[in-house]
Amino acid sequence: MLMRYRFEIGCVVALLACFLITQVELNRFYYFAGFAILQYVLISTAWNILGGYGGYINFGTAGFLGLGTYVAIAMIQFYGAGIIEQIIVAGALAGLLGLGIGYITLRLKGVYFAIATLAIAIVLETFVNNWDYVGGAAGVSILPPRTPELLGITIVDRKGGGIFYNNKEFLFFLMGALAIMSVWIARTVEFGKLGRGLNAIKDNEEAAECMGVPTLKLKLIATVISGSLMGVAGAVFPSYLTFVDPPTAFNLEFAVNSLAMPMIGGTFTWIGPVVGSILLGTVQQVAIVTISSEINLLIIGLLLVIFVTIAPHGIVGWFMKKNK
Amino acid sequence: MSRILKFRVSTMLLGVLFAAAFTLTTAFSPSAQAKPIKVGFSMALTGALAGGGKQALEAMKIWRDDINSKGGMIGRQVELVYYDDQTNPKNVPGIYAKLLDVDKVDFIVSGYGTNLIAPAMPVAIDRDVVFMGLFGMNNNKKWKYDKYFQILPAGPDPAVGFSYNWFEALKTFKPKTIALLSADAEFARNLKEGAVKNAKNMGLKIVYNENYPPKTADFTPIVRAVNAKKPDVFYIASYPNGSAGLVRALAEVGTKAKAVGGGMVGLQFSGLMAGLGPNLNGILNYDFYVPEPTMALYPGATELIAKYQNKVKTEGLKTDALGYYLVPWAYAYLDVLGQAVNAVGKIDHEAIAKYIHATEFTSVVGKIKFTPLGEWSETRTIVVQYQNIKNNDLQQFARPGTRKIMYPLDIKTGTPQTYNSLR
Amino acid sequence: MEFLELLINALIAGILLGGFFAALSIGLSICFGLLDAVNIAHPTLIVGAAFCTFLLNDLLGIDPIVAGLILTPVFFLLGMGIYSLYYQFFERQSAEALRGLAFFFGLLFIAEVVMIMIFGVDHRLVNAPYIGESFTAIVTGMTFSIPYRLLAAFVIAGLMTLGISYYLNSSYFGRATSAVHQDMMALSLMGADPVMIKRIAFALGLATCGLAGALMIIVIPIEPAVGRFFIGNVFAIVVLGGLGSIPGTLVGALILGIAESLVSTFFGPSWAPAVSFGILLGVLAFKPTGLFGTGDTR
Repeated sequence: MLMRYRFEIGCVVALLACFLITQVELNRFYYFAGFAILQYVLISTAWNILGGYGGYINFGTAGFLGLGTYVAIAMIQFYGAGIIEQIIVAGALAGLLGLGIGYITLRLKGVYFAIATLAIAIVLETFVNNWDYVGGAAGVSILPPRTPELLGITIVDRKGGGIFYNNKEFLFFLMGALAIMSVWIARTVEFGKLGRGLNAIKDNEEAAECMGVPTLKLKLIATVISGSLMGVAGAVFPSYLTFVDPPTAFNLEFAVNSLAMPMIGGTFTWIGPVVGSILLGTVQQVAIVTISSEINLLIIGLLLVIFVTIAPHGIVGWFMKKNK
Repeated sequence: MSRILKFRVSTMLLGVLFAAAFTLTTAFSPSAQAKPIKVGFSMALTGALAGGGKQALEAMKIWRDDINSKGGMIGRQVELVYYDDQTNPKNVPGIYAKLLDVDKVDFIVSGYGTNLIAPAMPVAIDRDVVFMGLFGMNNNKKWKYDKYFQILPAGPDPAVGFSYNWFEALKTFKPKTIALLSADAEFARNLKEGAVKNAKNMGLKIVYNENYPPKTADFTPIVRAVNAKKPDVFYIASYPNGSAGLVRALAEVGTKAKAVGGGMVGLQFSGLMAGLGPNLNGILNYDFYVPEPTMALYPGATELIAKYQNKVKTEGLKTDALGYYLVPWAYAYLDVLGQAVNAVGKIDHEAIAKYIHATEFTSVVGKIKFTPLGEWSETRTIVVQYQNIKNNDLQQFARPGTRKIMYPLDIKTGTPQTYNSLR
Repeated sequence: MEFLELLINALIAGILLGGFFAALSIGLSICFGLLDAVNIAHPTLIVGAAFCTFLLNDLLGIDPIVAGLILTPVFFLLGMGIYSLYYQFFERQSAEALRGLAFFFGLLFIAEVVMIMIFGVDHRLVNAPYIGESFTAIVTGMTFSIPYRLLAAFVIAGLMTLGISYYLNSSYFGRATSAVHQDMMALSLMGADPVMIKRIAFALGLATCGLAGALMIIVIPIEPAVGRFFIGNVFAIVVLGGLGSIPGTLVGALILGIAESLVSTFFGPSWAPAVSFGILLGVLAFKPTGLFGTGDTR
């Protein structure tokens, strides 16, 4: 019985661990670094649902993420929306964006989809640049509320009345919860009908279609799920950064990492992106605060080249082969 | 492969990863509190702002050596702790948390530029420490933090103050119409907003007001579109790529505007000045320090710049060869902190912030007094006009005469002439 | 009259700018369009060539375009090397294009850091008699000016396109390259070595970086990260023109150049990227193979 639900139990344990970490008051650096790594767990897991299972490369991660970010900012500007509302709306709109792009290009070879997502990211960035309500190209600064509440419960209060002592700790926990949710979704997709269908598409799309797999429908569903999770990852960004401008929200770094991390971990199973993002994310976070020069960019570049050449199926694939 | 094996592999992997991550991060934390006073910051050493960041870093190292040779801060040697933020604001909060919590630095100062200062503000406020900013624009407008001070000499309302002198300088032309153009980027857009206010105060009619994307490769269509509106003056707030592109497009297409320039970032950098050479003639732009005889109001700046230029030469550094733009300022924001700490005599952020608010400092950028929000109490941008540039030799820019000061009047070395008369 | 003058000038500027874009994209059109290698580092390698041009110009006083010609064989050899690596680890294992993409991303970062270490991070420009000057013609009261540096870019891009198209259509290797793209099997039956053909084609794609780099530093100031600016543009152009079509790439580049110039002149430059990439999305929606693409889209 317990074995059967071990994944679910694992999720609950991980969630509890995230919560406990916020209660022990570590060095604040760990919350920041942890937030960045967990955000990448979420992003690369989201990316992998379409890219890893279905073989369709999303090149415009930054577009989905930036959309989520700016939806959140617009909602804050408009009526001071709470973080949960921002996440829900951002997720929904990013999912819709996925549906739209998918509908236009998913009928075609994967490369067209990749370029279309890249194009949409640039179009969105241009719109944001010209939309002064959310700060435009000048950027916007967002002050986090002093004592945020959720369903009437004070979440953060430095005097000790809330659940968390500090906003950063709350955001760390929130990102942890979202990341775990995304992993759970990815695993459900992987072992469900959707995942099997996507795998068939990846192996041979024409054959899958002949066998009666509704390829377009499955690809669209995957794009919507993947896109909306990226939007969710973006929605938390303004609260974390407190100052956002378009180059930050639409950074190329997101496109690179969202594809490199699953690749390094292994794209065929849910654990791959998790492993990849924890590994590469940690290396990045550590490199930034230990090497004070351009060498840290070099390390990332070398890691990418070395990993994709020596471990073609990612770390997970490599380990599995050894265990065979 | 069985599912159970898959699960075992994955849990094992996760465990190993977390352990590795943990040891990695803890291994790099220093074990004991070291003796020297540590000043920590993030700096753009790669990415778009790296040119400025690297220049600033060398100036900061000079300050460290200077203060240490004079006995340090309150008798303790000063050590700089810094990391590369890659010109990406996303990296900044983590870096400052690491500096404060793991490296246990005694003071933090900012990286270069507004959007790299902004993400560090909440960290500084959270820890209630003094935070010195390098070239930030209005970073404290919303926070109203009483321990933030920044060194961009643009007055209490920096966006307006930055271009105020430029508009004063072009009054000689008695303009009626103006065209405004800015890069689609944070600093440039703020500059233009300030310029719009100044233009309205002067009663100028705005005939063109647009932004260009930072990735623009060819600026001739933009210059032609501006020319079609026949403005008397043309205010440009641009980043280095655009500044160079616009200077060339103006040289190629020509313009009848009497004054061109204003907020063009990058024309102060050695690489671009030498590269553009005679194309620069006639441009009327902001600056902070130029080698003109009247710049004596910045005590010690000449020596500092000579020291920097010598450092670049002897150590073979790949940073700006002249260093006029940032060196004095990156030196000064640390110098103010050093003076304040030495005057207070102990590391007490409350007292140091009070002292900085109450004091008028003298440093290599002249006299500095801060407003309650930590901006300069008065604007000290200078307006220069490029002229007499014959070729692409860099050394001509190290001598007086190529960038004459038009404003403020008390240090002026020339009178503004129309763009075309200098071509 | 004034409007007409503005319009014609905008069209001229757009065509010239399109030429510059074509020079940046033509190599990618071979690597990506014909060989399916998603070489995202292409613009950054061009920046590398631009820095080499700067060095040759600054130290030896060599004209930038001549320097670009000198660099062409160097980049050809570099291309041979990179393709060997790429083939060894990806193509031979018939790995997905995806992993190749990660490889090229890695290459991009490595190239950037190498440039930072060798050249520093300051902006660089070159000088030549034709930079900063323009050819001016006055026709029926209207003034048309053509900057020489953009004219150079246009002429060289045109020659490059012609040369490469001619090569691909008429030489044995060229036809074999097109065959690699269309039908590997037939090629093997013909007794040609597909790997060698691909290696040469890839190297040819990278060889264009030499001249493209020279044009880049003639047109814009460069710094190590400037290549990232053009990733979107070059891929958009190759797809817009149609994968595998060299003349298509030139046409795609001209369309984006003219669109950018017209938008900059009449609507405000800030919207230019949205219009350019909007055109791309529109074409993908209605004619997915791109303007001159012939291959199937599935």
